[in-house]
Amino acid sequence: MNKQKTPLMHISKRAALPWYISWGIRAAAIILALIVCAIITTALTGLNPLAVYGTMLEGAFGTPRKLWILGQNIAILLCISLALTPAFRMRFWNIGGEGQVLAGALATAACMILLGEKIPNWLLIIIMVGASIAAGAIWGVIPAIFKAKWNTNETLFTLMMNYVATQLVAFFVIVWEVPKGSGKIGIIHQNSMAGWLPQIGSYKYLLNILIVAVICVLMYFYLNYTKHGYEISVVGESERTARYVGIKTERVIIRTMLLSGALCGVAGLLLVGGTDHTVTTTIAGGRGFTGVMVAWLAKFNPIFMIFASFLLVFLDRGAQEITTIFGLNQSFGDILTGVILFFIIGSEFFISYKLNFRKREKEVQENV
Amino acid sequence: MKRIIALALVLLLCVGLFAGCGGSEGKDNEAADIKVGFIFLHDENSTYDLNFMNGAKAACDGLDIPEENRFFRTNVPEGQECYDAACELADAGCSIIFADSFGHEDFMIQAAKEFPDVQFCHSTGTKAHTENLDNYHNAFAAIYQGRYLAGVAAGMKLNEMIDAGEFTADEAKMGYVGAYTYAEVISGLTSFYLGAKSACPSVTMDVTFTGSWYDETAEKEAANKLIEGGCKLISQHADSMGAPTACELAGVPNVSYNGSTQTACPNTFIVSSRIDWAPYYIYAINAVKNGEKIDADWTGTMATKSVVLTDINEQVAAEGTAEAIETAKEELIAGTRHVFDTSTFTVGGEALTSYMADVDTDANYEKDTEVIGDGHFQESKFRSAPYFDLQIDGINFLDTAF
Repeated sequence: MNKQKTPLMHISKRAALPWYISWGIRAAAIILALIVCAIITTALTGLNPLAVYGTMLEGAFGTPRKLWILGQNIAILLCISLALTPAFRMRFWNIGGEGQVLAGALATAACMILLGEKIPNWLLIIIMVGASIAAGAIWGVIPAIFKAKWNTNETLFTLMMNYVATQLVAFFVIVWEVPKGSGKIGIIHQNSMAGWLPQIGSYKYLLNILIVAVICVLMYFYLNYTKHGYEISVVGESERTARYVGIKTERVIIRTMLLSGALCGVAGLLLVGGTDHTVTTTIAGGRGFTGVMVAWLAKFNPIFMIFASFLLVFLDRGAQEITTIFGLNQSFGDILTGVILFFIIGSEFFISYKLNFRKREKEVQENV
Repeated sequence: MKRIIALALVLLLCVGLFAGCGGSEGKDNEAADIKVGFIFLHDENSTYDLNFMNGAKAACDGLDIPEENRFFRTNVPEGQECYDAACELADAGCSIIFADSFGHEDFMIQAAKEFPDVQFCHSTGTKAHTENLDNYHNAFAAIYQGRYLAGVAAGMKLNEMIDAGEFTADEAKMGYVGAYTYAEVISGLTSFYLGAKSACPSVTMDVTFTGSWYDETAEKEAANKLIEGGCKLISQHADSMGAPTACELAGVPNVSYNGSTQTACPNTFIVSSRIDWAPYYIYAINAVKNGEKIDADWTGTMATKSVVLTDINEQVAAEGTAEAIETAKEELIAGTRHVFDTSTFTVGGEALTSYMADVDTDANYEKDTEVIGDGHFQESKFRSAPYFDLQIDGINFLDTAF
């Protein structure tokens, strides 16, 4: 007889589940989350939770403009998430997306301010594209070189590079401020629109969405069907194995971070040249970090990332709308978003693992 | 599996589109049920935005605008989000939209160009008089007068401390926490200083800048630095509770801004000046209701009740403060006293006889307008937002490079 005390429960890894069960668990998690949110809503505000959910949907999809804004926000978040993905697949923890986006944004703004109205617009835009990609890539490759050559900690390094980029932007905002002393640049070339990325028809955000869609497809093929993508995966699994099979890991690290930074630079270009037409220290809006969550939620699969960024942007836009319509503090919307995310991330745990309770084991013993 | 997801997404988008078609109805509003939109940079946790929100609520209550016809968008950053928010409010049927933060201006102009039938009103902006848009307007208030009166209270307090032997008249130095080296801030701190000087002639002032409109830690640190540097009284032009809290902890008297901080700082708060935005909101909303034109630049005054002082904290303020403020106020209203009277201050040791200010905002900071006339610097005359950006003698800027 086994006298050893069995714990109340223990966790074991599941074998791969059929897709309908794993999606069932996810659906159950969302339903549970909505129920918990409903209880919180009624308890704290006395509002009808269904009205609140309806307003959230309205806030994200209510008008054609809201749909475009939703698309634009998804595009930018997706672009940054896609940029981080190759690094993450390589187990290179690039949490410097914020700084790389800012570097790209600053380079774009610099071109617009210094060259705008002086050279033809098509030439200016080409220079902007080149400058933003180069700036983002440089910002990304510096930590990569240090990692490859001296094995420095990339998490800390990329994080610190964010603060350097923020301060650089703050410095140049003061250099280019209008009016004097105000600490803001304002819309660059508001009347001549020099350096503004072209608008497709009457759709302000369509160009950004199309560019990111193309990047998304390319990234999917790059990661899954190219030699580079394969090398990234091998380095991610085990650097020693990679070296053993003859992959030059230093080269892969540097090349991948060049790509990662360059794509963040593109996000900066789209923000400054495509929509905001100005640069501020907060233009990335924390999306360099939200992108990390998107990439993880989607398990580094570019196609799933579309849904993950959709989910996060939808929650954000919905939260804003309930703040406006019900006169609540924005923190309330954030609470609901937090609960929903908690359940969704939690559901991934139940998909990968299962809980085994002691009671069941006793039954098993009795049966024996 | 992917096909199912794609199908679901397409369905979702279709539902959204139809909902969109339903939502855009009922855009034409009657004068009776006018819809009003407000865009705020932060929420009620910022003293600056709280002041605007209170004004907006008071105006809407005064005009009997029901809750469902007022839209408050809080935490709107100074970027494309502001343009999006303004357009969404216009889509929702608002016929007048207000924004409260300086950096919102260009994005409000973008939206104004797109919605010619909607009125866009921007507080603290500088561009309405040069943009030539019929539906874009700036507003500010002659807050330098309020600052001046608050300065009188500060001067009286310094006199009281000198009389009590706490320090000599030569040591009467005030400290000021500013946000940026921007005209709005410089105009405010100079008028505050001149008010104090009218009561306590030997006063000087150290000014430090934080490089942010809202940074609680930086403002607190700045106030502490000034107090350590020998400043006997602190005032501020930045939007958090940082400086008042630092003063309360150090036991140094504080003249506040944007609203009373007496509950948090009962032992150091003297008085606060603030702009009451309700009169402007009422004026602009009524103009839309009656189909009248809104001024491109609207400057509130003490007469319109836009420039107000909070209650004086009798526990801290010097004796006779209320009377002294009342006298100064009457003279300012009557025009017998001017805040920026050129005989009361010097720049580089000399009295000011001519000054070109940058009134029309441009990237080259071109000085375009002569603003000295009738023996004083004519603040808020050529546009509503302040343009006094001189450093006068007696005021010492500590760190303009932040």
